Amino acid sequence: MSRTTSARAGETRSGWLFVTPVVVILGLFLVAPILMAFWVSLSDWAGRGSPLSGAVTFVGGQNYTDLLGQDSLARSDFATSIRNNFYYVLLVVPLQTVLALGLALLLNQRRLKGLSFFRTSYYFPTVTSSVAIGSVFLFLFAGSGSVNALLKLVGVSGPNWFADPRGLLHLLLGAVGVGNGDEQGPAALTDHGFLSLSWWDWLAGPSVAMITIIALVIWVSAGAYMLMFLAALQNIPAEVFEAAAIDGASTWRRTVSVTIPLLRPTLFTVLTLGLIGTWQVFDQIYVMSKGNPSKTTLTPAYLAYDSSINQGAWGQGTAISFVLFAIILVMTGIQSWILRDRDKPRRRLGRAQRGGAGTGGDVGGYLATAGRQQR
Amino acid sequence: MSQTTSRTTPYGDPQDAGPAATRAAAPPPDEAKRRVGKIVGYVLLTLFALVYLFPFVIQVGTSFKTDPDATNSPLNPIPSAFTTQAYQQLFQQDFGLWFTNSVIVAVVVTAGRVFFDSLAGYALARLRFRGRQAISLGIIATMAVPGVVLLIPKFLIIKQLGIYDTYAGMIVPLLADAAGVFIMKQFFETIPVSLEEAAKLDGAGIFRTFWSVVLPVARPALITITILSFQSSWNELPHFLVSRQSPDLNTLTTGVAGLLTGALGAGNRYPLKLAAAVLMTIPVAVLFFVFQKRIIGGSLEGAVKE
Repeated sequence: MSRTTSARAGETRSGWLFVTPVVVILGLFLVAPILMAFWVSLSDWAGRGSPLSGAVTFVGGQNYTDLLGQDSLARSDFATSIRNNFYYVLLVVPLQTVLALGLALLLNQRRLKGLSFFRTSYYFPTVTSSVAIGSVFLFLFAGSGSVNALLKLVGVSGPNWFADPRGLLHLLLGAVGVGNGDEQGPAALTDHGFLSLSWWDWLAGPSVAMITIIALVIWVSAGAYMLMFLAALQNIPAEVFEAAAIDGASTWRRTVSVTIPLLRPTLFTVLTLGLIGTWQVFDQIYVMSKGNPSKTTLTPAYLAYDSSINQGAWGQGTAISFVLFAIILVMTGIQSWILRDRDKPRRRLGRAQRGGAGTGGDVGGYLATAGRQQR
Repeated sequence: MSQTTSRTTPYGDPQDAGPAATRAAAPPPDEAKRRVGKIVGYVLLTLFALVYLFPFVIQVGTSFKTDPDATNSPLNPIPSAFTTQAYQQLFQQDFGLWFTNSVIVAVVVTAGRVFFDSLAGYALARLRFRGRQAISLGIIATMAVPGVVLLIPKFLIIKQLGIYDTYAGMIVPLLADAAGVFIMKQFFETIPVSLEEAAKLDGAGIFRTFWSVVLPVARPALITITILSFQSSWNELPHFLVSRQSPDLNTLTTGVAGLLTGALGAGNRYPLKLAAAVLMTIPVAVLFFVFQKRIIGGSLEGAVKE
C-alpha cells in the first residue's frame, strides 16, 4: 500500500519534471508574447526601454482605429496589404490543392514504375529553404531570366516581372474595354471606396510581381500536400475501386464519384492548412520583394514586421498582428462551416478513414507545419 | 453512386474473397487502352518532374558561370566557361561565419528538441499525474497559434528577457515544439507496457527506465523528429530576423537573404547568389536523400499500416 502511494508520488513528481521544460519554453515564447503584445497594441510604446515601464501610456483602441478608422497612410497601407494577400490566397489555395491532388492521383497508379523517383522530385522543394528557393526564382523570373527566355522561344516578350506593379484584373478589364489598363479606371469605381482604397484599387487583382511569388509558393507547397493526399489514397481499400470498375465506371468517373468523395477529410485538412498558411506569407515577401513594387506585394505579416522593426510603430505592428490573427480565425471558421459534412453515412466512412491514418496523418500534419513555417 | 455505397460495405468484411478473386471476375481490360493510359501517365509524370527539377539544374549550372554568361544564356544550365569564382567570392565574405552559426543553432536546437519533446511525450503517454490532461490540451492549443502572428510578440519577450542578440535568444525559443511532443507521445503509446514493468521490477527509477529502456526502442520516432527539427531550424528565417541584429550572429538564411536584397543585390551577380543557395541546400538535401524513406515512406507506411 505504502509502496504504491510512493510510486504514485514518484510518478507525479517525474511527470511534472518531464513536462516542465516544454511547458516553460512554450509558455515563455508562445503564450507570454501574446499577452505582452496585446498590451503593446493598446499602448504608445515607441521601442525604447521596456514596454512594461511606467513611461508607457495606455491609448486604448487608438492603434486599431488608425488601421480601420479614419483615413491615413497606415490605413491605406493596411488595406493594400489585405487586398494583396486576399488575391494571393484566392489563387494559391485552390491551385496548390488541385496540383497536389493531381500529383497524388498520378503517383497512385500502381501499374506505373519508378514512382518513388517522381515522388521524391515533387517533394524535394518542400524540404529546402525559402531563401534558397527565393534566390532561384529571382533568377528564373529576372528581366533577362529563364522564364522570359522561354517565352521568347514562343514569340512572347515577357514583362520585367519583379518591377511590374500592374494588377492582373486591371489588365484583363482593360483588354475588354473597362478602364484604361492599369492607368485609370471608370469614374464609378475610382470615386468611391472602402478603407482608403477606391473600388478600382480593390479590383486590381494580384500584380505581375505577386504572380511570381504565387507561382513559387504553389510549386513548393504542392509537394507537402501531395504527400497527405497520397497517404489517404493508399488507405482506400483496393476493393472500392475494383467494385466501381466492375460497375463499368471509367477512370474519370471513378476518380470523380468514388476517389474524391473518399478523400473529403484530407481535402478538408489540406484546404484548412492552406488557408491558414497563405494568410501568413512572410518569408517569400521578405526575400523576394519587401512589399515592392508600389506596395503590390505588401502583406499583413510583412507590414506588421516592417511597421514595428523598421518604422518603430510598435503599437501599429502588434495591432496588425492581432487583426491578422482574427482574419485567420474567421477564415478557418467560415471554411469549416462551408465544408461541414451534411450526410451522415459518408461522414462515418470518412471518420473511419481518418482514424485509420494513425501516426501517418500526424506526421503529414507535422510536415505541413514545417512547410508552413517555411512559408 | 448508390451502387458504390453498397459496395463499400464489404470494407472490412471477412467474407470478401479479396482483390485477386474480384479482379478475376472483372472483364479483361482493353490492352491498347491500358497502354495509352500508361504512356499518358509517364508523359505527365516526366513533365512535372521537369518543372520540379529544372530550377535546381539551372541553379547549380548558373553557380558555375560568369556574370555575363548567366545573363546571356539563362535557359542553358551548362556554363560556356566553367568557373568556381562565385564560390571563391562567397568564402571571401562572411559565408563561413554564417555557415558556422547555422550549424551551431541547428545542432543545439535539434538536440534540445529531441530530448525535451521525448521527455514530455513520455510523461504525457505513460505517467499518471494530476494536470496531465490540462497540459496535453494546452500544448495542442499552442499549435493553433499562427506562427507569423507571433513574430513581433516574440521580439518583445526576447528583448524583455535580455537575451536579444545572443545565441540564447536565437536558440532557446526553438528548443521545444508541440508537434514533436505529440509525435513522441503517440509513439510511446504503441510500446508495450510490459517492457517498462520488467525494468521497474529490476528496481530502475522512472528516468532510468525512460532513458535506457524506452528511448532505445523509440529510435524510429527519434530519427524522424531529429530530421524534421534539423530541417526546420536550418531553414528558419523570421525568428532569426527578430531575435538578433549583429552581423556576427547571421545564419545562412539571414545572411543570404541580405545578399539577395542588400548592397550586393543591386547588381545582378546571379552566380554568387545561386552558389550561396546551392551551399545552403546541400546539408538538408543530403539528409533528405539519406533519410527520404523515413521522411516520405515513414508517413505513408504509418498510414497504410493503420
